[in-house]
Amino acid sequence: MVVHDPKEMSSAISVTDVDIRQREVLELYKITKTFGKLVANDDISFKVYEGELVALLGENGAGKTTLMNILFGHLLPDAGQVAVFGREMELGRPRAAIAAGVGMVHQHFTLANNLTVLENVMVGTEALNRVASDRAGGRRKLIALAEQFGLAVNPDAYVSDLSVGERQRVEILKALYRDARILILDEPTAVLAAPEAERLFSTLRTMAQKGLSIIFISHKLGEVMEASDRVIVLRAGRIVAERRTRDTDQATLAELMVGRRVNRPVRQRSEPGRVVLAAEQLGFIERGEVKLRDVNFTVRAAEVLGIVGVSGNGQAALGHVVCGIDPPTQGRLTLDGATMESSRTTASAGVGRIPEDRHAEGVVGEMAIWENAVLERIGENRFSRFGLVNRKGARAFAAELIRRFDIRGGDVDQQVRRLSGGNMQKLILGRNLAGQLRLLVANQPTRGLDEGAIASVHTELLAARASGTAVLLISEDLNEVCALADRIQVIFKGSLSAPLAAEAADARTLGLMMAGVWETAQ
Amino acid sequence: MRLERRVDISMALVVAAPLAAIASALIIAGFLIALAGADPFKAYKLLVVSAFGSRLSITETLVRATPLIFTGLAAAVAFRARIWNIGAEGQLYAGALASAAVGHSAVAMFPAPLAITLVILIGAAAGAILLIGPVFLRIRTGADEVVTTLLLNFITFLFVSMMIEGPLRDPDALGWPQSFAVDSSITLPLLVSRSRLHVGLLLAFVVALAVWFVQARTVFGLQVRAAGLNPEAARFAGISLPRSLLVVAGLSGGLAGLAGTIEVLGVRGYVTTDMSPGWGYSGIIVAMLGGLHPLGVIASAIFVALVFVGSNGMSRALNIPSYIADVIVSVSLLTMLLSLLFTNYRIRR
Repeated sequence: MVVHDPKEMSSAISVTDVDIRQREVLELYKITKTFGKLVANDDISFKVYEGELVALLGENGAGKTTLMNILFGHLLPDAGQVAVFGREMELGRPRAAIAAGVGMVHQHFTLANNLTVLENVMVGTEALNRVASDRAGGRRKLIALAEQFGLAVNPDAYVSDLSVGERQRVEILKALYRDARILILDEPTAVLAAPEAERLFSTLRTMAQKGLSIIFISHKLGEVMEASDRVIVLRAGRIVAERRTRDTDQATLAELMVGRRVNRPVRQRSEPGRVVLAAEQLGFIERGEVKLRDVNFTVRAAEVLGIVGVSGNGQAALGHVVCGIDPPTQGRLTLDGATMESSRTTASAGVGRIPEDRHAEGVVGEMAIWENAVLERIGENRFSRFGLVNRKGARAFAAELIRRFDIRGGDVDQQVRRLSGGNMQKLILGRNLAGQLRLLVANQPTRGLDEGAIASVHTELLAARASGTAVLLISEDLNEVCALADRIQVIFKGSLSAPLAAEAADARTLGLMMAGVWETAQ
Repeated sequence: MRLERRVDISMALVVAAPLAAIASALIIAGFLIALAGADPFKAYKLLVVSAFGSRLSITETLVRATPLIFTGLAAAVAFRARIWNIGAEGQLYAGALASAAVGHSAVAMFPAPLAITLVILIGAAAGAILLIGPVFLRIRTGADEVVTTLLLNFITFLFVSMMIEGPLRDPDALGWPQSFAVDSSITLPLLVSRSRLHVGLLLAFVVALAVWFVQARTVFGLQVRAAGLNPEAARFAGISLPRSLLVVAGLSGGLAGLAGTIEVLGVRGYVTTDMSPGWGYSGIIVAMLGGLHPLGVIASAIFVALVFVGSNGMSRALNIPSYIADVIVSVSLLTMLLSLLFTNYRIRR
């Protein structure tokens, strides 16, 4: 059977059609996994067939990754079985999963940067007592696989020199090299720009056509609708629905995933006021590498300036410079006309900051909610006197945040690491927004959050804008920037484009600019 | 069989961990005692009796515990801030030498209470400098302080040896290499008459309480804890990492320096090169057994002192080597590390 059109193909392998391809390759049976009181997976059963692209859809915390980690042997379930090609697989051992033909591509890649592509792919596949590694054989196999599935990589390139998209291809090849017949991808598009994501899905489609079965985890409805044959929706650890993709639509899936209708807030008109934050010819060099070059922008009161770009184009450096973590190596930043101070004083000067990585920079996970609530403003009189912490005042402040910003998951003495990502972000937002702000810097404020949490973060950002705060929003999410920003600048290789009014910007133009095509777009 | 991270770590578990570690260390050492031809139960009974059986033995145990409390605190304070101070032994000698060196002129210039205070502060400062240096190098160049502090121990030790063979040598010591003695007006008063127990023990208790207070109640303690647990987040919150590291280094080194100073002022009166039987290194074990908590350190220092003092009597009576004390204490560090593992993880299947 030779079918060239992917659409025809997906109908040929749909669930009801009786077809030779209907061979069952994987069955999960009554999988249950608990972490303490949390039930991450609750009695989950489903099957996967040969040549199928299955999307596992769910919000953060729905249990998708836990389930796939059980399937790949990283975690041991409390109960349940997994059968691969009709044979029961030993659980809790990645080696058993690999031997059974299961391969996994993790969200955070597991590659050694100082080794070449070939070395990364081959490592662990040869017996340790061999005298010499069969490089030539490995190279032949790798090149054959790369050609067969259209995964172009240079076997001798060092992983440290590869782009994110190329690294992902190496991860996929690593699984294929180990003869995987069932491939699991955890949030594969989280790190990719739109064109790379499209390319990935066309590769996955090719692989499915050649008889592999693919499960990919996602919380993005668009790609699920576009790429999958079948969708399994997980919510709070349970399967709430299983649909053929062509028989459903985005709105239905959204409601199934969240469990209720969630509406993101809509930006109202506002009159921007004085210039609050201004960057003049800002430059930043880190370890000899130019991260920012001639960056100019202004953010006015009651305005959101959106800075959008593909990950790794200098957003992290820009965030750090604006948040006062690193001083700029060139140019200057002014806050209401005065040169901006370092992070020691910003919090008390009415500057709110939402860091890019909330786990690494936003909170100290092992410390209590109340300690995290006051850490950056501990010098203020209401939280300390004569160097002694005013625990009562700090606790009261934290309790107030919990109440006002609806932070769930524990009282003021709870360790922050026990909170979900959304609640952690609410705590960070809350401690910033508790007082009147002059400026709010939000770097990737909704990354990794579920739909409900995104809506509440957006509401808070717009409320800050309405109260006269100047908001600098740095984001990789084009939809987010279009929805929230009054003006938009694109960041590419450390430089900023001229600002575009939100009304004048459309997703296509911005998408091109994010890929570096400025001249044609402007 | 595999390890799984515990979600909830109960208070009972945290308290049980050192107790379980000590119990299993005693069981393991028990086999060695049996191997040496003695009855382990009898041996342990003798050990406790020799350490706690009489007025004299109780005071001797507490005399031994005093420097261990200081070095234990030094390690605990540093480890909490992720400074791996292995140099407490050298810092102890530096503190001892400095106080012996300035003891004379301090007495000549100031009244006794002021002189004592001054000598103690100078001893602490000497220890502090010896740790601030390596930590400064770590901040500036990334030099690993495990290596630098460890090697400084040998340098300091040889320096002490040079000084007490040379400029600070006591001419009346009949050829023994020891420093001249500090003036009797600045030695620490005894706590119990007809014993060696001095007020240094009380000072150790007070210092431990003070360290606890600083860690738990002050802005500085909060910031240092944040910097130790998540340096990036601390930096984001406006905490200066170099500053907090250097202050902690001063505190930790100072505590180790105090161990030496207090020993000189309270027990010996002078410095010799065999003054410390590895108190600096034992401090690491004391800190670990005490869960890096200042008040836990007091309890574990007394335990370690009990083993050291008790084993002398035990080995005399049963004719087994007194090295068994080192074995018990060292094994308890290993079992403590295991206990900590099981505090954070549980075994499945």
